[in-house]
Amino acid sequence: MSTDIKEKKQTKPALAVRNLWAGYNGKPVLEAVNFQVDRGDMVGVIGPNGSGKSTLIKTILGLIKPMRGEISVLGSEGGSERHLVGYTPQTELVDWDFPVTVADVALMGRYSRRGLFRWTTKEDREAADDALEMVKMFDLRDRLIGELSGGQRRRVLLARAMAHKPELLLLDEPMAGLDATAQHQLLDLLDDLRSKGATVVLSTHDLSCVSQRCDKAACLNRRLIAFGKPSEILNEQVLGDTFGTHLLMVHLDGQAYAYQHHTHPDGSPSDFQAEG
Amino acid sequence: MIDFISEPWQFEFMQRALLAASFAALVCSVVGVFVVLRGMAFMGDAVAHSSLAGMSVAYFFGGSVFWGAFAWAVPASLAITFISRRANLRLDTAIGIIFASGFAVGIILMSQVSNYTADLFGLLFGNVLGVSWGEVALIGLVAGGVVITIAALYKELLFTAYDATMSAASGIPVRFMQYLLPLLVGITTVASLKAVGIVLVLALLVTPAATAALLARRLPGIMAYSVLTGLIATVAGLYLSFHADLPAGPSIVVVATGLFLAAMLFSPSKGVVWNLWRSSPLPIDNSI
Repeated sequence: MSTDIKEKKQTKPALAVRNLWAGYNGKPVLEAVNFQVDRGDMVGVIGPNGSGKSTLIKTILGLIKPMRGEISVLGSEGGSERHLVGYTPQTELVDWDFPVTVADVALMGRYSRRGLFRWTTKEDREAADDALEMVKMFDLRDRLIGELSGGQRRRVLLARAMAHKPELLLLDEPMAGLDATAQHQLLDLLDDLRSKGATVVLSTHDLSCVSQRCDKAACLNRRLIAFGKPSEILNEQVLGDTFGTHLLMVHLDGQAYAYQHHTHPDGSPSDFQAEG
Repeated sequence: MIDFISEPWQFEFMQRALLAASFAALVCSVVGVFVVLRGMAFMGDAVAHSSLAGMSVAYFFGGSVFWGAFAWAVPASLAITFISRRANLRLDTAIGIIFASGFAVGIILMSQVSNYTADLFGLLFGNVLGVSWGEVALIGLVAGGVVITIAALYKELLFTAYDATMSAASGIPVRFMQYLLPLLVGITTVASLKAVGIVLVLALLVTPAATAALLARRLPGIMAYSVLTGLIATVAGLYLSFHADLPAGPSIVVVATGLFLAAMLFSPSKGVVWNLWRSSPLPIDNSI
């Protein structure tokens, strides 16, 4: 590829979503979503359950066909750059009893580059091992996936997503079920990847992660409530519109904290529970 | 002792039976690994049972029972997948419909044949000792075709079985794979009907794979052990059948079940006996 084309390509956004409507069985979950992600950025998509975070990620991946609007991935609209996208599903959606090892799963990340009737090559195995090295799972490469802890499972899925050296990483709820240390290790790893030119879009419930570590926040509740720098858009109004009215904002040391207000079935208010 | 070992194979019908049953066991053991992993056991059973309709149509009009079963099994396995995908039915419901309807049609047709019970018995329980050289070749051809297909698409089948969403995102034709696997299961059962019959084909499909899952950790190892178990059961079952004068298909199934029980009790890693032996087994902690 000549530098000319490469530069032209690099100036295009990593991801552009224009007037996107998408959903299931003819019913839209996402309505008129518009945003654009610059190369090297980390974008956190936040919103309550059912707000369309997973739908958005699956539509970008091409697993769900948009009803209206268009998505441009790494400068192309037809999905021709799909092999440059890495994806990790929610861990609950993966069959952890399947008889495969850590190395097997990482190698699956290379399957998209091989095509039918082809076996994996030495190059594939090396790329998979590199990815495992990067997520610090190489020493556990012969473990069965069922024998891993939550944080290790997360990292294996990430290694699989990284094994084909993606330019755009889509991570569905990568923080779910991780403790604070594991979350920060994961975020450090993502920063490391971004320094090498990758772009990251992740969905999460964790407001503090988005406000502290992401370049941009996308507040989603079927519509895109707000999109921009976390310090600029994560205010009471936006979070109230995103999560509904049962949200209490507390300002402490210049940080905004949101507390979700859980209501008992009989309607009486319960304790406030920290959300981020 | 030498006689005990060599005597059965002096008879050509035993040689044919050995080949036919070995082909069937081989393909069942390979496909069975996916069947066990994906929980598709009753899908194979349903295709076998519903194939009775195709077999009896062929029988009724004097055609080849094998091709009758084949012609029925292919659309039946595709229909099960299609119904469960499109009609928003659970897979077991779709299986129930196909299973019973095909079997009913088969029984009705067979009841019109004069020596109804004897012929039906042959279809239900197989008659590997009566297999012809032509049928041996046919079974070998079909089994070979299925095994080659699985070898060619091994990583796609593995990936789709493990994580359909991610494999779709990787550009693997997941829908094709989701129809292909049931189709292979259907064809496999047909290839095995002569050896063990409609009722027992499920055992050949599931037992070797389940035994292997107790002995190996990774998929390739599980496949190897599954084939080994299937072949040992075939050979030992035929010996049992020959020397004790027992029906061949059920003998093979009984030996396979014995191997499964042995693996369950004495598998080096997962054996029940060793687990009782170990004073305090440490469960794997998945909570972290």
